[in-house]
Amino acid sequence: MADITTLEEAVAGLIQDGDTVAMEGFTHLIPHAAGHQVVRAGKHNLTAVRMTPDLIYDQLIGMNCVSKLIFSWGGNPGVGSLHRFRDAIEKSWPAALEIEEHSHADLANAYVAGASGLPFAVLRGYVGCDLPTVNPTIKSITCPFTGEQLAAVPAIRPDVTVIHAQQADRRGNVMMWGITGVQKEAVLAAKRVIVTVEEIVDSFELKANSVTLPGWVIDAVCVEPGGSYPSYALGYYQRDNGFYKAWDDISRGRECFQAWMQRHVVGTNNFAEYTQSIAAAQVKEAVGA
Amino acid sequence: MPDSDWTSDEMMTIAASRLLQDGAICFVGIGLPSAAANLARATHAPDVVLIYESGTIGAKPEVLPLSIGDGELAETADTVVSTPEIFRYWLQGGRVDVGFLGAAQLDRFGNINTTVIGDYGAPKVRLPGAGGAPEIAACAGEVMIILRQSPRTFVNKLAFVTSVGHAHGGSWRAESGLPGKGPTAVITDIGILRPHPETHELILTDLHPGHSVAEAEEATGWALKQAEQCAETSPPSAVELRALRDLNERTARAHSSS
Repeated sequence: MADITTLEEAVAGLIQDGDTVAMEGFTHLIPHAAGHQVVRAGKHNLTAVRMTPDLIYDQLIGMNCVSKLIFSWGGNPGVGSLHRFRDAIEKSWPAALEIEEHSHADLANAYVAGASGLPFAVLRGYVGCDLPTVNPTIKSITCPFTGEQLAAVPAIRPDVTVIHAQQADRRGNVMMWGITGVQKEAVLAAKRVIVTVEEIVDSFELKANSVTLPGWVIDAVCVEPGGSYPSYALGYYQRDNGFYKAWDDISRGRECFQAWMQRHVVGTNNFAEYTQSIAAAQVKEAVGA
Repeated sequence: MPDSDWTSDEMMTIAASRLLQDGAICFVGIGLPSAAANLARATHAPDVVLIYESGTIGAKPEVLPLSIGDGELAETADTVVSTPEIFRYWLQGGRVDVGFLGAAQLDRFGNINTTVIGDYGAPKVRLPGAGGAPEIAACAGEVMIILRQSPRTFVNKLAFVTSVGHAHGGSWRAESGLPGKGPTAVITDIGILRPHPETHELILTDLHPGHSVAEAEEATGWALKQAEQCAETSPPSAVELRALRDLNERTARAHSSS
């Protein structure tokens, strides 16, 4: 049964150095508050899994929390490059980053296999493509019924999966709606699960395309209003496209990135303080201070 | 800009949108493909079904999404499904007529690189990677690719084949066992390239008004061949131009306020 607890306690207690950690959320409901807490807690040597590394993993990589990245698309959506991700791969800064690269369909299937308790996933893909030549975990298998050659990839079984959802109830059941990505599979594939939520409600109201996860598959539920910002939470707040564009400048240089992370993430105690810190910086910028 | 005048980028988007048939089920990449597909929906193809890899099926956005999972895609979709479901049931299941893709680099057989420039182990430029493209290129009934034509993008040899088109040409695709027939058109700011029916090498079949064969050759990293009869693209109509500019203005307004 899920403990309703603080994010500080959940990250300290459930994520260990060296763990394989999946933080999922496909553009929507990206668990930024939890990512920041992993940085603040100084977690190290993580194998980080995520289909779309996005800003949240750019921060973790740049802060040297990650030694290996398993992913399928590493960009700043609609903007361009992830500079910290690129710097780590191209120049080994702040440290060499091992990568294991897949396609979206592959990773989605690998999570399904993990959630299903199967050792591997099967998909029709990679024929004529170069990824299998650089990623030895992508293999092929012959269908025992038709003889067709198909791609086989190992299941993903994270030590910890972290997601953000709109709501939990008082018993720790969790509901999310809108684009729900691969979160259900990532949760059910994991040994331990942390969910941050916008709010706790007495009871859920039915929503279109909603996914409900029972509290007994979750270890910790933490209330973090705005916790997916600058990503969005449908029904609560919109994606801050301006922040994604601004990240291009913030993250481009190493010193600028480090100063920003020190000031707003490492130098704050929690996500609420972070939110105040960047709001204050934006006001100063607006008045030219 | 008056309706009698237009940019090469506008012509490219309009030419691409025209290739999308009304009622087609289209799996759309973000950026140029999404612009062309939404223009088609706003003009001649109101019943085109747009699928984004975020799981939004039948999305009807009023403005172009900045990301593949903008809230408006979910709010306007007929249904929203999970990531495993979109790739397993809808794409691999054979429900998609057209895959509409962009690319960083492309070769003469319509193979796409979005992974790396230089050596994979020591890259000169690390690009975002595969995303959904390899399986879209494999499983969609046909693939259309839209990108600006230059020697840097239309290269003789790809550093990395992220998504396969016609591989090394000839009958490779038909014999590959892949369900889709691969790239059928590449729409650029200069014209349209289509695979030769036998060699499957991309040849220039259409030129946009104001552009020349020599210009297309210069912008291509291999010896570009052309069809016996290279067609001239019809210029943008006033309706098309207005619809595209309205779309772009609505988009700029929406994204500057957030």
